[in-house]
Amino acid sequence: MLDFLKQPVGEFQDFLVLSGRALKNVFRAPHYWDDVFLQMDIIGVGGLSIVTLIGFFSGLVITMQMSRSLSTYGAVDQVGPIVMVILVRELGPVLTAVMVAGRTASGIASELGSMKVSEQIDAMRALGTDPIQKLVTPRMIATAVMLPLLTIMADLIGMVGGFLIAYFTLRLTPSQYWTPAYQTLEYNDVVQGLLKPFMFAFVVSLVGCYYGMQTTGGTQGVGRSTTQAVVVACVWIFVLDALLGRIFVHMG
Amino acid sequence: MSAANGQPQSVLRFEDVSLAFDETAALDRVSFEQNAGETRVLLGASGSGKTALLKTAIGLLRPDSGRVWLLGEEITGRSEHDLFRLRSRVGVLFQEGGLFDSLTVADNVAYPLENQQVGQMATPEEIERRVEEALRFVELEHTLDKFPAELSGGMRRRVGIARAAVTEPPLVLYDSPTAGLDPITANTIVALIAKERDLKDTANLMATNRYQDGEIMANFRYNPDSGQLVPAGRASENREPGTTFMVMEGGRLVFEGSQKELEASRDPYVARFVRR
Repeated sequence: MLDFLKQPVGEFQDFLVLSGRALKNVFRAPHYWDDVFLQMDIIGVGGLSIVTLIGFFSGLVITMQMSRSLSTYGAVDQVGPIVMVILVRELGPVLTAVMVAGRTASGIASELGSMKVSEQIDAMRALGTDPIQKLVTPRMIATAVMLPLLTIMADLIGMVGGFLIAYFTLRLTPSQYWTPAYQTLEYNDVVQGLLKPFMFAFVVSLVGCYYGMQTTGGTQGVGRSTTQAVVVACVWIFVLDALLGRIFVHMG
Repeated sequence: MSAANGQPQSVLRFEDVSLAFDETAALDRVSFEQNAGETRVLLGASGSGKTALLKTAIGLLRPDSGRVWLLGEEITGRSEHDLFRLRSRVGVLFQEGGLFDSLTVADNVAYPLENQQVGQMATPEEIERRVEEALRFVELEHTLDKFPAELSGGMRRRVGIARAAVTEPPLVLYDSPTAGLDPITANTIVALIAKERDLKDTANLMATNRYQDGEIMANFRYNPDSGQLVPAGRASENREPGTTFMVMEGGRLVFEGSQKELEASRDPYVARFVRR
């Protein structure tokens, strides 16, 4: 009766097994630090431009949109704190994670997928290396380090984008914008703003690795895995965001 | 190891091994035994289970039932980590070469030396020397710094052979080494495999769908003096143990025997590989 659940549950189980092994390898030799740093460069430095661009425009747009509503209450000077809270708690982490999912999860899935279909993963196993240790764990560590840092960049640049609108169209002074914005930040906001991308990092990297490693069916299969990786990673980002948001809203 | 009592030493043994992907059987109760120094040629149409057999032999695929011994040790049920040690004593050439795209030719060939236990003691100079030697063996010493994508299909296969043989393993598995190559390049590849076999005295298991590949392996020997393959003399030069042919159909081993027996076989599927 519940046969239709078999496949997704089985897949989820495989995913958990892969995640478990990848996490276990963090504490086990050998460590491939060269690969970790290479991936940090690809994921972090490589993703910096698109993430700052997205951050800048989202800050800009939120400020423009909020200013209209705020002006009806004569509270335009509150735009700084509002943009700050939205960016740090929600949009910074989520938009950055979605951008990184689009860039990194797809990149990982297609790279590992091509390696899988050209038997490079098998070759790795035959030549004495654990592909999870060599391929998955470095990508996971690199994403877990770089995604929070990228989020901080997105938040900061987003605030700058908001400031440009506040300064040039709303005629706020720099201190009218920055001081209340800075003061509104609580410990809870910052923790939430950094914990979220840290959690998203695992979703993005492991989903990318999972779909890459289970690719079958030649180049067509690689394309399919890549698409699935991005879609599934994005869905999980939003689901996880809602769950974490629920926890933190009540803590604050 | 069981070599002491004068018995031929088994390098690979399958006992009733079955393996299925979803519903289709990739291996169906396969049993055979290969001894040290022996050459085996595994013939079969594509999809008949040749690759599955080779991958099961080194534990890349786990059989659903049956047992496998590799170099005298049972590998069924062993953990992946345990298998690394055994696999380091087996060379493998994958179907398309299986070279790492992200590494240069030299790094590819050095990979087993750097990552397998056998190479633990090797210094960088030692590794460099052995890599050059292995690449000279396949006549590709000028490609050290190239990437696999810059090489032709035949050259990639040759690098794959160099990588499989660099640790001088007692058993080398070749998965369709000539698939997708023109006949001249294909013969070069088989000649290299025979050369490797005769100089290093390794056991070979070669999966192929070209009967000529097996014919060369069975009837030619590498002559170190002339540097070429020469027809094997009937009795004097003929190595013992010689070449055994195996034919697979739909996961089952349908034939096992010498070239003469293969050519005499009346089975229409088996005969299809011989005539041509």
